[in-house]
Amino acid sequence: MQVQIRNLTIAFPSPRGLHQAVRGVSFDIGAQKLGIVGESGSGKSLTARAILRLLPPSAIVTADRLSFDGIDVLHASERTMRNIRGRRAGLILQDPKYALNPVMTAGAQIAEAWRAHKKGSRREAMEKAIDLLDQVRIRDPARVAAAYPNELSGGMGQRVMIAMMLAPDPEMLIADEPTSALDATVQAEILRLLEDLVSRRGMALLLISHDLPLVSHFCDNVAVMYAGRIVEQLRAADLARAEHPYTRGLLDCLPTLSHAKPRLPVMRRDPAWLA
Amino acid sequence: MSERATTPWRDWLLTDTPSSRRQAAWGRRYRMWRDFRANPLALTGLILVLAIFAASLAAPLLANWNPAAQDLANRLATPSARHWFGTDELGRDVYSRVLYGGRITLGMVVAVVAVVAPLGLAIGCVAGYAGGWADRVLMRVTDIFLAFPRLILALAFVAAIRPGITSTVAAIALTAWPPYARLARAETLTIRNTDFIAAVRLTGASPFRIILRHVAPLCLSSLIVRVTLDMSAIILTAAALGFLGMGAQPPSPEWGAMIAAARRFILEQWWVPTIPGIAIFITALAFNLLGDGLRDVLDPKQR
Amino acid sequence: MILVDDLHVSFGDVAAVKGVSFSVPKGSGFGIVGESGSGKSTVLRAISGLNDAWAGRMEIAGRPLAPRRGRDFFRRVQMIFQDPYGSLHPRQTVDRALSEPLEVHGIGDGEARIMRALAEVALPAAARFRYPHQLSGGQRQRVAIARALMAEPEVLLLDEPTSALDVSVQAEVLNLLADLQARRGLTYLMVSHNLAVIAHLCPMIGVMQSGEMVEVLSTEDLRAGRTRHPHTTQLRALSTELEEA
Repeated sequence: MQVQIRNLTIAFPSPRGLHQAVRGVSFDIGAQKLGIVGESGSGKSLTARAILRLLPPSAIVTADRLSFDGIDVLHASERTMRNIRGRRAGLILQDPKYALNPVMTAGAQIAEAWRAHKKGSRREAMEKAIDLLDQVRIRDPARVAAAYPNELSGGMGQRVMIAMMLAPDPEMLIADEPTSALDATVQAEILRLLEDLVSRRGMALLLISHDLPLVSHFCDNVAVMYAGRIVEQLRAADLARAEHPYTRGLLDCLPTLSHAKPRLPVMRRDPAWLA
Repeated sequence: MSERATTPWRDWLLTDTPSSRRQAAWGRRYRMWRDFRANPLALTGLILVLAIFAASLAAPLLANWNPAAQDLANRLATPSARHWFGTDELGRDVYSRVLYGGRITLGMVVAVVAVVAPLGLAIGCVAGYAGGWADRVLMRVTDIFLAFPRLILALAFVAAIRPGITSTVAAIALTAWPPYARLARAETLTIRNTDFIAAVRLTGASPFRIILRHVAPLCLSSLIVRVTLDMSAIILTAAALGFLGMGAQPPSPEWGAMIAAARRFILEQWWVPTIPGIAIFITALAFNLLGDGLRDVLDPKQR
Repeated sequence: MILVDDLHVSFGDVAAVKGVSFSVPKGSGFGIVGESGSGKSTVLRAISGLNDAWAGRMEIAGRPLAPRRGRDFFRRVQMIFQDPYGSLHPRQTVDRALSEPLEVHGIGDGEARIMRALAEVALPAAARFRYPHQLSGGQRQRVAIARALMAEPEVLLLDEPTSALDVSVQAEVLNLLADLQARRGLTYLMVSHNLAVIAHLCPMIGVMQSGEMVEVLSTEDLRAGRTRHPHTTQLRALSTELEEA
């Protein structure tokens, strides 16, 4: 499984002409963990959604190549895309509260996701759901399966969400700020869980986040986006040797615990970065 | 439209950096008007409403007959050059009666709305914002009014006092406010717990000030939409009261009463009840279009 | 300046804050750190008067707080909220937002004060007649800060003031808050889940866990790793782990 993106642009019509949200982004993902980091409005989420063709209808998408395992995403039929979404690639969103159906139990939702892609009996699906909840390290899977989303904590809800996405055995997971709504202790657990699942199943992972230290701690490669472009792409281990002033700025302007900074450096945005 | 032509006043209105509150306020109004103008349906609604009001006000000039003058020799006449919309069962000119009827009908509608909307807004906002026992008392009162069938309550009310236009207005107002209070309360409940209301509370503002200046304006747009959708219902209630002899008294040409009186001619002399019906239809439609346009314009997030 | 002694807050049968005590000297800063549901924001809302179902003793500038706050309390204490979009009225311009405290307290000279306030939080004068949705997140938070400062308070309560902002904007807002404190001698009480942000602005830190303040320590001790409670140690470890990457 390989996702290839070459020269992807996404634009939206606005009263003042076309607004270019993503401008010429290229990268590949295989069985690895790629993080896309950027601030709000950098186009990181749009790029991820373009892979599943989940952009709003007004978006104008062009690319020299945008393929999911050889399938041309830009020209594929809606049927083909439905097969990719959910079955071959899962999407984990920031807040499980909005992604889970409030009137269905967690177990029923996972079971349904499983049944939609693997034909099987209801009973089998429920057993599978509990098994999946166990895989995302929920201590009492049977109890959580019977619970409604509002009875679950944020971290628990996110685990249910991940279990649901894992149900059809996808080849790729796209996680859009999967832990930003969670506490630090829970965030660490969820990321460790994702890391473990991805490496054990040989999945590709695309992690979208605003948190550069977090992403570099957890991914193999990091792409830094600014104003619709990838300004720097590097191995996570080489982050300390990042060259682009924007990447450096993102790291420098964070307050740190290990040593006090009397004043935080403020990023000076060079108009040349936009070019 | 020459959008490109820059006149000094337009620059003054559209500047990104207004130098005074007055300039900012006028600029805002101008932008609203521009947005409103760009919506053809809303503009149609506005023009129709203005035209209907103008025609009603100018009735003495436009009418070619006395709306009360009977001509029994010429009753139920077909539309002709003499009587543009024909005559009714007493030989009165339908065209003139519709024009004069607009004064009564629109006057009643405006009077009802002028009473109902502020009353419902005030009760709903206070109930929603105060919560607790004030909410319970106000909402139970609202429920009681809501539980009565509208027409029956209005009937009872009119019967208790003297039938006529004033009591019709009072009766309809009495039965029309509860939905507005409910709506305003529901909106207030969602607004009440937002951070921006908390921030205003922390300035030390009184509850009265918070409701009046911060909560009520946010309830307005849904209320306006509700009002415009209610217009036709108000006209029809007035008509029903008129038909039952409790509303506008003959010979005053109120639209609803005109339909009610002429409804037995609907098959043979269809124009007699249909003409005032069309007047009601156009008026209600115009208000609905206007209301939709207003809702879009009143929300600054659209701009 | 701020004294909180044995504060209890409960929602119905659920005790959200169970006997929290701390004090903040004038012109200094105190940070409360904790995870969601630890009760840290509840403490802030009890002090601000937004929540009156509390028991215990609280003082601002030596004066005990009653459940109902007088107008002079709101001149002395102001609050900044987490979500700069939600804390500004969507239908009111920046100008309206900034005039409101002046009108409520009957402070004159509004025109000049508003211009001064905009300059103080480094907002362009052009922002004055904008609506919140026409401003960026950082600009909105600056408006919220300017509004809080209009009545010239002595105490600012900061509820996660930067967690909804991009990191580059967070740096700007934190610098602004530090400058304002130095210039006006403000006393800060700040709540956040981010230890590094708290440590940047506050010399003393209280760690909360399930309604209790499990540890109060100085920022130097925290930086040096001299923590006593396991929860503090854990939060510190999670924070430094990412920094070292």
